[in-house]
Amino acid sequence: MAHFDENAKPFSNKWLDERIGLNTLKRVLNTEYWIPKNINFLWAMGMVLAATFGILLVSGIMLLMYYKPDTNLAFDSVNYTIMSEVGYGWLWRHVHAVGASIVFLIIYIHMFTGIYYGSYKRGRELIWLSGMGLFVAFSAEAFSGYMLPWGQMSYWAGMVITNLFSLGSLDVTGLVEWIRGDYVPGDAYLTRFFMLHVMLIPLAIIGLIVLHFGTLRLPHVNNQESEEIDFEESAALWKAGKRKESKVIPFSPVFLSKDVFVMGVYFILFFYLVFYNFEFAMDPVNFDPADGLKTPTHIYPEWYFLWSYEILRPFSKDIGLIAFGVAQAAMFFLPFIDRSPNVAPAHKRGLFQIWFWVLLIDMITLTAMGKLPPTNPTFATIGLIAAVLFLAMGPILFIITMFEKKIEKGA
Amino acid sequence: MRELKILAVVVFFSLLTYYLVEPYAHSQMHKHVEGHNFVYTGEDDIQEASKEKKEVKEKFWSEVKTIAALKGDPAAGEAGFGMCMGCHNGAGVNMGGVIPPNLDHAGALYSKNYLIALIKDPAMASNVDHKYADTMTHPMGSVKTMFTDNQSIADVVAYLMTKKAGDVTPKEAYEEACGRCHAMRYAKLTQLGETPKFKHEKDALAYKIKVIDAQDAVKAYMGKLPPDLSIMIRARSEHFMETFVENPQSQLSGTSMPRTGLTEEGYAKVKAYLEEVGDPSKPKREAVGPWVLGFFFIFTILAYLWKQSQWRDLH
Repeated sequence: MAHFDENAKPFSNKWLDERIGLNTLKRVLNTEYWIPKNINFLWAMGMVLAATFGILLVSGIMLLMYYKPDTNLAFDSVNYTIMSEVGYGWLWRHVHAVGASIVFLIIYIHMFTGIYYGSYKRGRELIWLSGMGLFVAFSAEAFSGYMLPWGQMSYWAGMVITNLFSLGSLDVTGLVEWIRGDYVPGDAYLTRFFMLHVMLIPLAIIGLIVLHFGTLRLPHVNNQESEEIDFEESAALWKAGKRKESKVIPFSPVFLSKDVFVMGVYFILFFYLVFYNFEFAMDPVNFDPADGLKTPTHIYPEWYFLWSYEILRPFSKDIGLIAFGVAQAAMFFLPFIDRSPNVAPAHKRGLFQIWFWVLLIDMITLTAMGKLPPTNPTFATIGLIAAVLFLAMGPILFIITMFEKKIEKGA
Repeated sequence: MRELKILAVVVFFSLLTYYLVEPYAHSQMHKHVEGHNFVYTGEDDIQEASKEKKEVKEKFWSEVKTIAALKGDPAAGEAGFGMCMGCHNGAGVNMGGVIPPNLDHAGALYSKNYLIALIKDPAMASNVDHKYADTMTHPMGSVKTMFTDNQSIADVVAYLMTKKAGDVTPKEAYEEACGRCHAMRYAKLTQLGETPKFKHEKDALAYKIKVIDAQDAVKAYMGKLPPDLSIMIRARSEHFMETFVENPQSQLSGTSMPRTGLTEEGYAKVKAYLEEVGDPSKPKREAVGPWVLGFFFIFTILAYLWKQSQWRDLH
């Protein structure tokens, strides 16, 4: 058994160190968790996401105290009880709604940063995969949460999305009914999505966040030049006081100080949206109570699902469903589709750079067309082309990276 | 500086996406309807009318214009108003499908042109003549037999405009203009007005049955129960609300909702009440917002100074 100093005061540094290895923890997680120095503000997005998840968790707990998962009570418990009877209930709701929407903006920025700098490549595949796992979990969390106010958009989005599980012409209506617990979205449906939203998916997200951090610890964070850094050598320089010469900085306090600054700027934007511009996150259609007999004129998902919605929509039923499925899964395989040995930022990788910007613009195009009415033939055509292009992007990446020239070290 | 360039790229693409899915998409999704500042000249009615009805409507609204030019005598109008009192007595009793509205503030809420048109032909004025083969069968159709000459219409409208005006609260405006057909459960309002408190469940249930009866009558007349307006202010855009209230047919062709004839001021009052009930956090948002943003400005400045001190000797 280890040695315990009998003179150590309870909860003093030494006392804690002997019991939970406090100093080791501090070293491993903070003062000797080395981050490359050559980074920009995009490297703060991870902490910004963690902070936003924290905000969603806290605001969610506040809302949970008054929300009633019952088709007869849900709508009014949100729109009346929380919005006008509970002190600052409106604030928590607006924070939760804006947070749920803006978290996806940060996720997309975080993902495109990873793609641009090649942060999914050799050694970092698990970071990408666990991150994609988080993306899927956040998507499920967003969708299940969207059901809870039981407005028109909740109901009809639920109807449309659960219908996908009939698997097109296979007509597996039994599966759809099993998911809904009813023929149409009703009480059983609402209560199970409530459980998913407040219990199962948040637990999965927390687990995945831990995994995501874990996968990061050994390969270390990438840097702006995607340079392979000898972390041990650089860490030794830092510890010897050669802060200028060292290529790394400790997570705390040096990296954290920049993170906190970026978070500050982000929170200004966040709370500006909460107080003055929240409509984008709280669709007016959802302020009409759910009505199974009245289909809204336009049914569209929240903005962050529009690109995948537009991959489903322009095709016939079965092809659309297959395209949709492929598009959802494709991103997971990115580290394996990219055949190039180069770990480098896109601007050093020739055709890959063009591929990157085409992907970004194509996804924005899909996002826009996903909301615009498809009854307009111009929008429908642009949407179809953008969807086909998106599906082609995987094979294209495979081919161009196969022929990508190897960048010589030191070049 | 490189970071600022990267920031500019991120901001550009974020704003582009925002523009495309919010302002642009919404401008494409909804029908464009021109507003008329709550002035009622029948312009829209004539434009959207079918060929065979166009002429009748043109004639109707030109006559309204003629009457509006007459000088009305409020004293003579008061005698005429006696006939109105037969139904518009505030008793809250359903007549022919609807409860006749209380006219206590009619002069303050409704436009003069509209009142003239309404007395001349209620179905035509409220732009729901498509519901009737003969506009005499409108619940207020019999008014056509009461005021047969133009001067008597001008007189009674003059009376309403001078004697039935006065100050009106947002809640009164809402109740008089909308409350007969629309319930507003967040303000405990039904078609029968404010729901009283009952000591005994039995009385509460009895009252509830009365409400259901009243709603059934409205439903039978309108085709469906008009929607509850509790949070309508958040469910529809400002532009939709204005143009819809001004002329329901413009946004929802064929609807059985009549035009109410609110003036710009009258609508402002109604809107104030819809906002008070449907968006009660608005004043609180405006009060708390600057403090929270101020906090994060200071937070960011301090964080920047900390970052500078940590990164000073790194390069």
